[in-house]
Amino acid sequence: MARGFDVRRQTGFNTIAICCFILLYAPIILIVVYSFNKGNSIAIWEGFSWRWYISAWDNEKVQAATIRSVVIAFWASMLSTFAAVLAALATTRTKPWRGQSFIFAMINQPLMVPEIVTAVSLLIVFASIKVATGYTGLGYLVIAHTAFCIPFAYMPIRARLQGMDLTLEQAASDLYATPWQTFRRVTLPQLTPGILAGAMLAFVISLDDVVITEFVKSAGQDTLPTYMLGQLRRVVTPEINAISTVLLAFSVLLVTGFFLLSRTRKQ
Amino acid sequence: MIEIANVTKVFGQGEAAFRALDGVSVTIDENEFFTLLGPSGCGKTTLLRTIAGFVDPTSGSVKLDGQSLLESPPYKRPVNTVFQSYALFPHMTVAQNIGFGLEMQGKPKSEVQETVAEMLELVRMTPMADRQTGQISGGQQQRVALARALAPRPKVLLLDEPLSALDFKLRKEMQLELKRLQSETGITFIFVTHDQEEALTMSDRIAVMSEGAIRQIGGPRDIYDHPAERFVADFIGDTNFLEVELLRTEGEEGRIRLASGAETTARALSGGVSAGTVTLAVRPEHADLADPAEALLPGTLAEVVYFGTDTHYHVDLEDGTRFVVRQQNTPAQVQRRAAGDRVGVTFAPGVGQVLRD
Ligand SMILES: Nc1ncnc2c1ncn2[C@@H]1O[C@H](COP(=O)(O)OP(=O)(O)O)[C@@H](O)[C@H]1O
Ligand SMILES: [Mg+2]
Repeated sequence: MARGFDVRRQTGFNTIAICCFILLYAPIILIVVYSFNKGNSIAIWEGFSWRWYISAWDNEKVQAATIRSVVIAFWASMLSTFAAVLAALATTRTKPWRGQSFIFAMINQPLMVPEIVTAVSLLIVFASIKVATGYTGLGYLVIAHTAFCIPFAYMPIRARLQGMDLTLEQAASDLYATPWQTFRRVTLPQLTPGILAGAMLAFVISLDDVVITEFVKSAGQDTLPTYMLGQLRRVVTPEINAISTVLLAFSVLLVTGFFLLSRTRKQ
Repeated sequence: MIEIANVTKVFGQGEAAFRALDGVSVTIDENEFFTLLGPSGCGKTTLLRTIAGFVDPTSGSVKLDGQSLLESPPYKRPVNTVFQSYALFPHMTVAQNIGFGLEMQGKPKSEVQETVAEMLELVRMTPMADRQTGQISGGQQQRVALARALAPRPKVLLLDEPLSALDFKLRKEMQLELKRLQSETGITFIFVTHDQEEALTMSDRIAVMSEGAIRQIGGPRDIYDHPAERFVADFIGDTNFLEVELLRTEGEEGRIRLASGAETTARALSGGVSAGTVTLAVRPEHADLADPAEALLPGTLAEVVYFGTDTHYHVDLEDGTRFVVRQQNTPAQVQRRAAGDRVGVTFAPGVGQVLRD
């Protein structure tokens, strides 16, 4: 249908599109620009310098929060990816079973339940566990992050599995490979880009979480985003801009990697 | 060697139930090139997948050398498949693909290497051993798929329309190649195709299938010259169908009276036909044009179609049926006929086939 409805031809489409882009990107560009400000203000430009990057780098609180963020994101992405692989296999590589679509919905639950609700319920559950066990380490944050990262890790893996030619696995089985060998030698190698993509996405999602972290963390367990939030309530200097810019660059890098990997076709 | 008895496969349940295989029984011998021939959707792939272990039949038995296969998963059956899509592992080289089965069988490395080299030689792919499967042509992928399935020396090789993705010339080449491989290895081949010519040229025996059932089993000549029923006659080659009167049968010979009143004999399989009105099948190349006065069936020439190697004469018979006569073109041919001429159709006694209905 060559003459079908084309939204691009409607009057005002371009104007609205341009407005949206400005709204989306202008603040980000401002943040990046002022991260290089020489002065103390995040609104008045006084010349270029690396001052705030150096200051952030030397800030021990920032260092600690960064390491904590990365540790949590690393474990959360590993664990959630592992769970996501199992979940994806169970929802694509088995005969249809009772309750399959229910489980599918449950896996994606974190996408639907308001984050604040999850945060509050986790807070309550973990609080009682803390009382019972006395454990107050990073484990709670890792578990919480793992839970909400699973759907993000699950989606690219499932997409990859669904796109895979089932006859390849049948061919392996035809050639005397046991189910485990088939998985190891044929399914897994084909799945690797999906797994990497899922892990990267989970990492980014964990890295910039604020709401759940804010509720679950114990005293002194600031991650980079919650540290920044705390700073904003006090004196705001372009140091925040510098941290944001680095975080932004890192996320863009990972998300780009994610898209490149998701696009990889089977040869 | 392979005994398939009364195999039925029903997909789905209740209203949506579909009978893909309906009481299929066939025995395939050692070292045989056996072909399953039939139109798309008749259940060929389902039967093959039942033997390979990817389909559980609803009822019936599948035995190899007297032992039931149905309890074994695919990876325990001494049967290998050449998939229609080849299904080569994209993350492995040609040699790794071929060695996969042997490796999974736990053969020592040296033996794997030796057999892979042998297989590469057999399918003439030695120079391509280290290529990625994405870097070779369709015909070469086909050979690799074959070598991969042959390498573990299965008792039976299943081939699901392995040549359908190839272009005409390559297909002809691979047909000969497959025949050669089958006789060199001595492995039983069960070959699936919907191409009747391919089936006729390659097979020791053919099973013609339709709607989930085997209609006729026989050698290529047998199937072509003596189709047992209308479906087989229609599906394989071109056929003229005539309504005739079967007067009586003696052994496999039947006395028939044609619509024109002329009488002749035709082959009638003893089972399934009884005197009365029956259908007679006559191949176009088994009939001839003749003087209307001396012919079995007089009529009018409606169309002459020239094909290079031969000419098709479309004759309208007196009772209104259209009959096609095929004649080979020879340089000496002088007799020129044109549409509108009064002609007659004749065929020798015994060439017609009375069909079972
Ligand atoms: N897994 C399945 N579920 C439902 N129907 C199927 C399935 N596999 C095959 N069929 C049906 O069975 C019939 C025979 O299929 P198939 O054996 O692939 O035919 P062929 O290989 O002769 O073309 C087709 O009508 C097909 O739609
Ligand atoms: Mg098929």
